[in-house]
Amino acid sequence: MQHAPVQDGKDTEGDIVIRIRGLENGFGKQVVHEDLDLDVRRGEILGVVGGSGTGKSVLMRTILGLQQQRAGTIEVLGQDIASIDAAQTKDIRRRCGVLFQDGALFTSLTVAENIQVPMREFFDLPPALMDEISGFKVSMAGLPADAGPKFPSQLSGGMKKRAGLARALALDPQILFLDEPTSGLDPISAAGFDELIKVLKETLGLTVFLITHDLDTLHAICDRVAVLADKHVIKVGTIPELLTFDHPWVREYFSGPRGRAALSQNSGQTKTMEPA
Amino acid sequence: MTETATLAVTEEGGGRLVRAAGKLTIAHLAGIAAARSALVPDGRKLTIDLTDVERLDTSGAWIIHTLKRDFEAAGAETHIVGCTSDTERLINEVAANDTSMKVREPRARKLNHRIYLRLVRIGEAAFHVAHGFGGFLAFLGQTLLVLGGTLIGRRQLRWNAVIHQMEAVGVNALGIVGLLSFLVGLVLAQQGEVQLAQFGADVFVVNLIGRSTARELGILLTAIMVAGRSSSAFAAQIGSMKLNEEIDAMTTIGMSPSEVLVVPRLIAMVLMMLLLGFYGVVMAILGGGLFCWVQLSMPPVTFFHRLQEVTPVSDLVIGLIKAPIFGLIIAVMGCFQGMQVTGNAESVGERTTRAVVESIFLVIVLDAFFAVFFSALGYN
Repeated sequence: MQHAPVQDGKDTEGDIVIRIRGLENGFGKQVVHEDLDLDVRRGEILGVVGGSGTGKSVLMRTILGLQQQRAGTIEVLGQDIASIDAAQTKDIRRRCGVLFQDGALFTSLTVAENIQVPMREFFDLPPALMDEISGFKVSMAGLPADAGPKFPSQLSGGMKKRAGLARALALDPQILFLDEPTSGLDPISAAGFDELIKVLKETLGLTVFLITHDLDTLHAICDRVAVLADKHVIKVGTIPELLTFDHPWVREYFSGPRGRAALSQNSGQTKTMEPA
Repeated sequence: MTETATLAVTEEGGGRLVRAAGKLTIAHLAGIAAARSALVPDGRKLTIDLTDVERLDTSGAWIIHTLKRDFEAAGAETHIVGCTSDTERLINEVAANDTSMKVREPRARKLNHRIYLRLVRIGEAAFHVAHGFGGFLAFLGQTLLVLGGTLIGRRQLRWNAVIHQMEAVGVNALGIVGLLSFLVGLVLAQQGEVQLAQFGADVFVVNLIGRSTARELGILLTAIMVAGRSSSAFAAQIGSMKLNEEIDAMTTIGMSPSEVLVVPRLIAMVLMMLLLGFYGVVMAILGGGLFCWVQLSMPPVTFFHRLQEVTPVSDLVIGLIKAPIFGLIIAVMGCFQGMQVTGNAESVGERTTRAVVESIFLVIVLDAFFAVFFSALGYN
């Protein structure tokens, strides 16, 4: 075996998984996105940041086809999502895993059954095997050993999120969409969450579209960060690039007290790790 | 590229060699899982060769890991060869999560004595009925307390909500209640006429329509329709608010859910049932009148004149006494079931159904009670 095991062979730098051009979105008279361009490269973790109400979630929903854009094209895995038929859409959906903000678990199913929903939908697997797989996915998402048979109403907010992640990962998707995965988690859990996503990205070659407000997450795992402001993506780049980028919101975001704290903490970590 | 995954077993030296090939992903999992269960530890060495693996995901890694785990547990020496560092990391990550996770609740110990099981069921059902009824009475009492507080002015009455509910419960129901009552009046007259004609007493069809609709049918049918429309709506509205923690938010802000949600609905429903009940009676009589006019050639003037002669006012009064009480039961049952929603979306559906079924049940039981009561008072 000569290559990373999971990436369909080709892994050229700059291989684009999601390509958005000239996107326009809005509700009634309110315009959310205008002339928005964005590329997501294969195998990267792209952080999407922006103030409240800048349309981060709307952008994610549009890429997923949950919302119709007014204008512009979106290509996911090389296919224009507006012009493909139902079978192709289903195929793309199978390759995408989504974690919604509050987990969006099916409330009438247990956690384990929630994780098995995509498996049942797409494959014909023996129940015992699905139990095995959902068992280790539950553990992978960091849920306690007795979480499998519980119903979502019996879980805390953070646990719902983890269960949602386990469901999103059920089919080992190529693209993982995460909508504020670490919000509402305690800092230790959030760090664990970051670590898990990083390991999965490195071992499975996942591409991650990550909406977050969490500066620690940005520093810890994001390869690039896209900043949404003024109805479009004003800048995509690594954090050092963004630190020098001159825009009032970006400056405020990264250089505010929280931004500085996250930065110093992160650089402290890298320094201590360097000698080793 | 192959579109399958295989685990090929060959004998090699003192042990066995498992050559994994293709895409070890969830899409091809059923096959390799079957191949895994065909491999039974026999104490000999096992080597797993991953050189020909094109793709490996967590599910595939799980199969490889469990194969190794089971053989090692059986005391066989097991090696994984030919994997890249990433593959190894993935397998290790999966292995680290191989803890004894509970996937479903163990089945309760089966007591398969049928009589015992039947008794348990009857007992549970009886308990649920008693518990539910007790809860309903408690809710009714609490609501009446709040209502009393509102009426003597110690609590605020939300007029906006009352007016809004009156529109939803009453005005919007005019069409359906009117149409159905009209049709029932018509059918009642027609069926009555067929029977009464056998005695040559078809003129008594007016008595039949007047007395039965004013006292029983008009009110009862209206109550059943309103229960179907509004009791369910109340349960669903309040239930989804409960799921969404809106009720909790209200409480913490210092608003009483009884005062904000229940009392306005109750007042609107009581007033509207009174009016809708009267309206239903009128429509049923009009339906019967139309039939008499068309089929029996009885002109409307004669019809109404006769109606006045044979229908005592007490019939209408009895009907209109019952209507608001039915309204009270319907509103309280809808709100009560809404407040009982817990947990998930399914619970909203279940409670909505119960709101309708139980409010109709109570309405009919109460109606029977009223029939006996007013007869005993001498109103025949």
